[in-house]
Amino acid sequence: KIHDFHNLQINQFYLSHKCVHCSSASGHFVFFIIYATRSLIIQIHQFILQEDLNKKMLDGLLEFVKKSAASFWCRDDDWMSRMRASEIPTAALVLGVNMPDHTITFESMTELLHDSLTPFVASVQAKECTAMKQLMQKVLQRLMGTNVMVDEDECHLCMSVCVCHLQKSPVKSPRKRLSSSQSEFLQSPPVVVIFRDLEAFSPQVLQDFILVCSQYVHQLPLVFIFGIATSPSTIQRMLPHSVSSLLCIELFQSLSCTQHLATIIDKLFLTSKFHFKFSAKVLQVLVGIFLYHDFSVCNFIKGLQLSLLEHFHSQPLSVLCCHKQEALVHAQQLNDRDGCVMKSQTSLLHHPQGVCQKLLKSLHKYHKNFYPALRCLHVLTSILPKYPLGKQIRELYVLCLEKKVWETQEYDSAMQLIRMLAKDELVTCLQKCVEILTFCKSKKLKKVGEGSAENRPVPPSEGNTLEVDHHALLLHPFCVPAKYTLYASTIKCINHLHHPYSSFNYSFQTLLEMKECRRTRRKTPYEILRNAVVDYIDNLVKTHLYPPESQPLYEVWYYSSSGTVRRHLNATPRTSIQTALSHPYCYLQNEALKNDSGIISSAAPDICIIYKLHLECGRLINLYDWLEAYATVATAAEGKDPSAIEGGKVDELKHARFIRAVSELEFLGFVKSTKQKTDHVARLTWGGC
Amino acid sequence: MSPAKRAAEVSGLYVRFVGDAEVLEHIVERREGAKVPKGSVQKLLALKEDQGPQECEGSVGEQDYLDALGTGATAGEEDGGGGGGGSSGPGGSAVFTFQTAKRSHKMAQMASEMARAPGRTVTFCSPGSPEAAGSPSRGSRGAAGETRTPPKVRPTGGRGRDVRSPAGESWASRLNSFLPQGRKVRFVSSTPHRLRKRLAAPNLRSESDSDLSPSHSEDEEDDDEEEREEKEELREAELTTPSKVAAAALYRTPAKKPKKGLEPSLVEEYFTAHASSKVTTSDRTLQKLQTPKLDQETLARLLDGKPSSYADEINQLNKEHEKFFSKWMLQLQLGFNVLLYGLGSKKPLLERFRTSRLLGVTHLVVNGFFPSITLKSILNSITVEVLEHQGSFRSPVEQMDFIMKSLRQDPSLQVYLVIHNIDGPMLRSEKTQQALGQLASLTNVHVLASIDHINAPLVWDQAKLSLFNWLWYETTTYLPYAEETSYENSLLVQQSGALALSSLTHVLRSLTPNARGIFRLLAEFQLESRDNPSYSGLSFQEFYQRCREAFLVNSDVTLRTQLTEFRDHKLIRTKKGADSVEYLLIPVDPATLTDFLEKEDAQ
Repeated sequence: KIHDFHNLQINQFYLSHKCVHCSSASGHFVFFIIYATRSLIIQIHQFILQEDLNKKMLDGLLEFVKKSAASFWCRDDDWMSRMRASEIPTAALVLGVNMPDHTITFESMTELLHDSLTPFVASVQAKECTAMKQLMQKVLQRLMGTNVMVDEDECHLCMSVCVCHLQKSPVKSPRKRLSSSQSEFLQSPPVVVIFRDLEAFSPQVLQDFILVCSQYVHQLPLVFIFGIATSPSTIQRMLPHSVSSLLCIELFQSLSCTQHLATIIDKLFLTSKFHFKFSAKVLQVLVGIFLYHDFSVCNFIKGLQLSLLEHFHSQPLSVLCCHKQEALVHAQQLNDRDGCVMKSQTSLLHHPQGVCQKLLKSLHKYHKNFYPALRCLHVLTSILPKYPLGKQIRELYVLCLEKKVWETQEYDSAMQLIRMLAKDELVTCLQKCVEILTFCKSKKLKKVGEGSAENRPVPPSEGNTLEVDHHALLLHPFCVPAKYTLYASTIKCINHLHHPYSSFNYSFQTLLEMKECRRTRRKTPYEILRNAVVDYIDNLVKTHLYPPESQPLYEVWYYSSSGTVRRHLNATPRTSIQTALSHPYCYLQNEALKNDSGIISSAAPDICIIYKLHLECGRLINLYDWLEAYATVATAAEGKDPSAIEGGKVDELKHARFIRAVSELEFLGFVKSTKQKTDHVARLTWGGC
Repeated sequence: MSPAKRAAEVSGLYVRFVGDAEVLEHIVERREGAKVPKGSVQKLLALKEDQGPQECEGSVGEQDYLDALGTGATAGEEDGGGGGGGSSGPGGSAVFTFQTAKRSHKMAQMASEMARAPGRTVTFCSPGSPEAAGSPSRGSRGAAGETRTPPKVRPTGGRGRDVRSPAGESWASRLNSFLPQGRKVRFVSSTPHRLRKRLAAPNLRSESDSDLSPSHSEDEEDDDEEEREEKEELREAELTTPSKVAAAALYRTPAKKPKKGLEPSLVEEYFTAHASSKVTTSDRTLQKLQTPKLDQETLARLLDGKPSSYADEINQLNKEHEKFFSKWMLQLQLGFNVLLYGLGSKKPLLERFRTSRLLGVTHLVVNGFFPSITLKSILNSITVEVLEHQGSFRSPVEQMDFIMKSLRQDPSLQVYLVIHNIDGPMLRSEKTQQALGQLASLTNVHVLASIDHINAPLVWDQAKLSLFNWLWYETTTYLPYAEETSYENSLLVQQSGALALSSLTHVLRSLTPNARGIFRLLAEFQLESRDNPSYSGLSFQEFYQRCREAFLVNSDVTLRTQLTEFRDHKLIRTKKGADSVEYLLIPVDPATLTDFLEKEDAQ
């Protein structure tokens, strides 16, 4: 699959090569190479992710098919298998509501089954099988199509299939022959029929098909796979008990689309390996489209591709958006060739020319530190009540991209809540942090991680100090469990008294009281240690989680035109048309059209005047009156006295203009001709919603 | 609302849902006499000022995102799209003006206002100008009401017309309804009941009728026409006669409160407006026009020579769009398909794209607006012209399969589909769009299409959208839809005559004299009963009798054969009446029919 995509990309790449070559300057070519490779990377990433995500489900499915095929051949004589023998094994896959996304899943599933288990896989969609005949035809076609041996029987089959739900016999023979011939080299391959969109099938067709198939369950190792978008109860709703009792259904749940998205964001954005990043707004727009419009991961990827394209198309510095070594080479070239490009960037204003390479290096370094720090912070804040910094890591990420996160109120409250964490919670979090820091590639953070890892075994339950300075602190108090329990119980006591977690608003007050408490008595060693840890985390955040805008050359990595993305993906054509009609000045910058109060001057284009006049009407519009009103306006626009129009005498040209404008409104769908009353048209819009 | 304030508001808008309770609260507050700032009461939309338009553009969090979507247009327009983004983009609510039901005379009023508003020379926004204050609209009415220049400004020539049309129902006289004369008469004739209603009107109006406010009560719907006019009257009355002011105070009595307090929801209003079949428009028809109906050629001739008033700006706008050409090309090649939307014909733009970029490559132009285009014809041109396949196909499905297969087999063959109006009436069906989507999803088919209908996006569901993989581009061109609207069925009644007439004569010329006689008989009968509004056609039996009498047919079988022929040529229509008798009707308007008979006589 990836290979296919690779070819495709290369193909497209050559095309674009041609196109760019004839169209524009030399520099663009370089951008293009990078864009092409980059989108290739995205595709690959996405496919790997897709397969990884569905791997669990697909493995389960494969196992299920195998098992049912096996049970078909080696039938035991016990009660269970005799019960099961008359049932068709069925896998119900609950895949979520975004149907277009399922295509990939089904494709990989078919391929997997085909490659590893059985040549007999028929995948059918509802829209191609509206009747029993078509369904049978499609299924048989696809089953036979994989094996060409029954060519001469084909037409006989097709003929007889029409009546097969009455006679039922002709279906049997070819299939049986098929499977027996296969069994010579492949022992009992199951016959898998995939219904991609179960909900869309007509229940009657489905029932008939299942009834027919159940007759052959003894001769054929049949397995059904239902693709379900909504919920498993659909099966019960579509099939009566008499039919559904013929099925032995096992449920498989795919990963929800939000989890899928989270994984994609995690793998593509929260890593320093992938150099293209979104600004906060772009990410919000894309996530918004995902959450509020379509739940489609494919569309998210499409948005990603579009932004990539836009980035490389519009940002001259995007040439540096690649691996470090390449980028450094490009930077050298840029320095030599067109330094002015560099100069024009706002983030470089305060930097002398020629330091580009140095800045690039620091940009890479910044990102290497940024993501581990972000993850650590997320680990700590995602367990807090009410999630002051967001439940999903993408929320925290957006926050960090937007501004200095430590200056927000939410951050303060989160930190205060962390300062109140119980020991075991804190310790598990810190252990996770240590893992993150150990795995990260940044030397600096790694040192920190290792340091804390070293510390871990010494005090029995802590991985919590992250710096050597705290070493002494650590060792001392926690070796004495008795002391600890005492202090733990006091904290518990306080918690109990004030219910600090019961409400978020409440926690501030509690905190104050806690502080009060602390002032009055000596801090416990655990508290001191905890404070130190929190201070350390705070420090970590403040040193590494600067928003990217603060970095010189951030334009190289970050794409920030959220408006473009939204306009191209989530357009509002009707608003655009209505704006053009009611506020022509937005598009035609002519002083005569300019006004503030939302009315149109008589000088506006004809269609705008006609539109404005029609807004004043009810359901029906009298054409004659409309024409006269228009003529009044148009005459005035010519600078003549509108009252000079004699009744019924309308200038021919104005009449023609009126006719055209009205036909245009009809074409746009605002009015339509009606028979209700002579020379009237009906208005088709009501309000604006 | 002062212009300055409005300007500030326009730059960044928030749409917020306001619950019924809140609305009620506002109303009660207002009822109690407190001066609520204008425009603060909105039923469905509340506008919140937002200082930075940039902030609005891609705002934070889920709620904000929703907000941002609501004002998406505004923000989108601003960040440099469309026509270069004027500093003051219109707000969503200004664009979607809410309809206050059935105000038939409003149009005339509007027209006269617009006529009064100076066209090209005077700038509106100069604050000192009395004209600026005096150009009221739906938008500024509330505020402008007080400062409006008295109708004396209106040319006195209108009086003459007023005399000519006495009823007050006619359009012309409505135009003059501001005249003190007419007003006085109406005022006197109003009943006490009306007075009460009228009295209720002004305060409510002046506060709630900002252009952003959809609020109007049932009362207003009922007697909106009178109310509108009388409101004006009342304002003056209030200024002149103190007794009216006292009367106006009556309205503040709590007795009226509960009734007015319950504002119907927008949905209810919709149904109240559509429930009654009564239409309050005037009964005048285009027959009254002294200029004859224009046929297609005259229309084209008239419009051809006339240059557009904003040719320069429109040209510039189109030049802007042309800058996208190389980008479109790039995106098409990368597997996206490009969809153009926005006001104005996009055909010339796409044509220019085609001639500048697609000349060397295989491309197919589909005119979706053409009234007789079919999926079959599109597929045929692909198989015959592009794939050079001579065989025929049993069904479109089979043809699609063939096309998909051959295009997949030959990835080097790149086909560009330029579809003008992919939302065209003949292409709207689910199957056609599905087929086009499947074509578009092929890696070597690139689609560049345009849409114009305001509801066009409804053609695609999620599955089709993912097939098409659109990138939307706003290309507002303001060019006339000359070609798109030039087909007969897209035109309104007034021009259909010419074409109908020529088709009538054409078809009848090929018929036998007897057949012509039969048709003539029916036409004459239809013309005789043209004044009868309940005329539903000539019943078959009666027609048969008449034909027999005129020695045109000798059996009803002959007549039936003849009628079938007529029907096949769409010359007549048959309708089953309530008594299950067949009625025959020529679906042509009387004027055309008269013309036809005259022409026949002349021959």
